[in-house]
Amino acid sequence: MSSTNWPQLWFDFIRQLFRRFGVLKQQVHSPRGRYLVVGLPLLFLGLFFLVPLLIVLKISFATADMTQPPYTDLLSQPDESTLTLTLNLANYQLLWEDPLYWSAFVSSLEIAGISTLLTLLIGYPLAYAIARAARELRLILLLLVVLPFWTSSLLRTYAWMGILKDTGPLNQLLLGLGLIDTPLAILNTDVAVYIGIVYNYLPFMVLPLVANLVRLDPALLEAAADLGAKPWVAFFRITVPLSMPGIIAGSMLVFIPALGEFVIPDLLGGPDTLMIGRLLWTEFFSNTDWPLASAVAIVMLLLIVLPLVLFEYVQTREFGRTEDAR
Amino acid sequence: MKRSTAPAMLGVLMFGYAFLYLPILSLILYSFNASKLVTVWGGFSTRWYGALLQNEALLSALQNSLIVAFLSATLAVVIGTAAALGLTRLGRFRGRTLLSVLTTTPLVMPEVMLGLSALLLFVTLQQLFGWPHQRGIVTITIAHVVLCSCYVTVIVQSRLRQMDDSLEEAAMDLGARPWKVFFLITLPLIAPALLAGWLLAFTLSLDDLVVASFTSGPGATTLPMEVYSRVRLGLSPEINALATLIIGFVSIALMATWAIYRRQDRKLTD
Repeated sequence: MSSTNWPQLWFDFIRQLFRRFGVLKQQVHSPRGRYLVVGLPLLFLGLFFLVPLLIVLKISFATADMTQPPYTDLLSQPDESTLTLTLNLANYQLLWEDPLYWSAFVSSLEIAGISTLLTLLIGYPLAYAIARAARELRLILLLLVVLPFWTSSLLRTYAWMGILKDTGPLNQLLLGLGLIDTPLAILNTDVAVYIGIVYNYLPFMVLPLVANLVRLDPALLEAAADLGAKPWVAFFRITVPLSMPGIIAGSMLVFIPALGEFVIPDLLGGPDTLMIGRLLWTEFFSNTDWPLASAVAIVMLLLIVLPLVLFEYVQTREFGRTEDAR
Repeated sequence: MKRSTAPAMLGVLMFGYAFLYLPILSLILYSFNASKLVTVWGGFSTRWYGALLQNEALLSALQNSLIVAFLSATLAVVIGTAAALGLTRLGRFRGRTLLSVLTTTPLVMPEVMLGLSALLLFVTLQQLFGWPHQRGIVTITIAHVVLCSCYVTVIVQSRLRQMDDSLEEAAMDLGARPWKVFFLITLPLIAPALLAGWLLAFTLSLDDLVVASFTSGPGATTLPMEVYSRVRLGLSPEINALATLIIGFVSIALMATWAIYRRQDRKLTD
């Protein structure tokens, strides 16, 4: 009170001036601070995420070589005045012509698709039960779904190696119950890969489904019951259609990362389990063919972008339809 | 109708959580198995924990991993929070769409793709500028920050959206500078989200095998790389012991974060 805060008074006076002329907003969000806040992530992700994708595209047109790094330069200067650009399409041609790569792409889509369906079949009832629980309990149940996701996916996949082994607990249990006579060979088959993917990605399916199912108005189901609908009829004609956005979101969250999965098919799958993520790894680490690995990466990127664009399209169409209905 | 579905619901929940937790329990159980054959029970023993402490390669890999995870989580929180602030508090600006695309695409990008592209960038940079001289902890950290910062952005963004911005506006109307508002009002309010984001980033980095394998160089083996090279050869009781320790640490850290989150939630709603 005793001393006058002159800088503060000046500041207030200038603020009043700015307010009068309606430029206060710009003043408060000072452009410099704004550029700093936005510029840091833009610069970092631009340099370390966007630029690398372009480099992958570039190197997919190079030729593998025994040099260090193991690929040729696209630009070469045979003499002073000429600069030649060599684009090598052989990598893409190989991906197109060699049946190995085709079957890898197809089986990746197949494995990811089947796993997504299985995750939905297990995740939907679980999400439904969680959404129906009391609020306090629901939070704990959700936390318990997310908890395993925080421990290493490598270690959780490793756990299944033990369980699915010929002498593992699953086979011992089935043998003990007398359900089978000889141990089932599950490890190193596609079935093991399905189990691994379902297990690793279950939270991604359950979370969006719960978020959606919680909003479902129970009055709709009561009305259906009052009008004589059996519970399962009401479920398939009311609950499932209304939870479609959750089903789609959950399925995309499982399908997309499953497509490029490496650890699960490598540890649980057999030698003939072909997936693009694993193929890229082999081309890169075992065959040291960086250009071919890059070409595989570009095709994989396209495979992932297409479902995403489709997802966007379905969502906007869905949204447009509800807008029309109003 | 509700009464008739209750047992079914209970059954579904029990099956679901058994599926989620039995593999983890089996991992823990067999870590106390005296037998070298992991899935054949040979009595209770803690010998594999002792063996773990003697294993130089695993310990040095753990040290590398902890350094990388600490650095990446810290940097990711800074970058991710800046991105989240930009996306929720700055309204419309040029580059907003680009920023939102850049912070969401790495989340759906396969790890092999992230790893390969980061490596090719480092190789190109080395050719052009001579940096990085050698791949190792620094290059792994940079590649991890890309992925982790996007997760941090998601977490902080959802917290900022939930949060009422009237406090921030009031502070600004009372003449606080934007930086002051951020450090005195916004930061304390989003602190639990930053903690959760940091922890998630830390565990993601600690768990990552694929990106680290691509961007690592000689002498910089991380824990998952070491674990993977052993696991490829088959089951190993030492890995079970290691997994048990990691699961224990992660669970405790997570429970603590959750408690902090809940406490602040209550404070906000009261």
